[in-house]
Amino acid sequence: MRKIIGLILLIIIAVGLGLALVRIPFGTSKSRLGEYYIREGRKETGATNIVTSVVANYRGFDTLGEVTILFTAALGVGAVLSIGRKRKNNIKHQPASLILRTGCRFLFPLILLVGAYIFIHGHLTPGGGFQGGAVVASAFLLIYLGCREIRISEKGTKAVESLAGLVFVAVGLVGLAVSGYFLFNFLPKGISGRLFSAGVIPVIYIAIGFKVGSELAGIIDALVEETE
Amino acid sequence: MIWLATVLICLMLVAAITAAIFKDLLSAVIASCLVSLIAAILFYLLQAPDVAMAEAAIGAALVTAIFVIAIIRTRRYEE
Repeated sequence: MRKIIGLILLIIIAVGLGLALVRIPFGTSKSRLGEYYIREGRKETGATNIVTSVVANYRGFDTLGEVTILFTAALGVGAVLSIGRKRKNNIKHQPASLILRTGCRFLFPLILLVGAYIFIHGHLTPGGGFQGGAVVASAFLLIYLGCREIRISEKGTKAVESLAGLVFVAVGLVGLAVSGYFLFNFLPKGISGRLFSAGVIPVIYIAIGFKVGSELAGIIDALVEETE
Repeated sequence: MIWLATVLICLMLVAAITAAIFKDLLSAVIASCLVSLIAAILFYLLQAPDVAMAEAAIGAALVTAIFVIAIIRTRRYEE
């Protein structure tokens, strides 16, 4: 009986989703706002990546909210996992095999470099703070799995995270002071396509990259420590 | 291109169904990782490299790791 009800519900959801999606004209430009961003975005913000110009400039305030949600989630994970936990520093781990350790140590800086590249070049090429931060966090995950005796300091991740959040809000407040708009692009826009261009967008995206990377690395740290 | 997408979507469906029916939770997690990975490739084919990067890094790497850590803490086989 339950299975039949579940199946009927599934069919209803599938038909509803299908009917809703059929109406959307994929691949054609219908929204005037979207067309405006594509046409004027590069000229107005100086960023060649239009996604970035929307995320970090036109909708920068929404991004601040998004970062805050991630921060709250990381804080929640840390709070739940730290209940009744004593930090043990001198546990003897069984070392991983030489091949695994050497491979992890070799790959760690390369993955870190790719992550940093993604968020530093967020205004020029696809990707940005969130993607780059996730890649950086996956580098730390690799080091946790391969070299178990290495730990990043909890205070370090917290400090980086708070500092990056402060930079984001400070950039927004300076914009507010200069022109009356929060997150106003007050720096010179430069030549579109260069690394030093697009005003405050790279600053904001680098801050987001550091924030997301340290938050996700902190979550992984809390979870891995819990398994010991 | 359309053939590549069709093959990938079929693989994704197979991976999703196996993830749902496996009793071995570790295998199910790996299968759901495969779903995320194929979704990342499909996003890339649909010219959304931003989303593809996020999906590959978060969906395939971090979420899988968190599930594996959760399985280490609990049981590996479903009853």
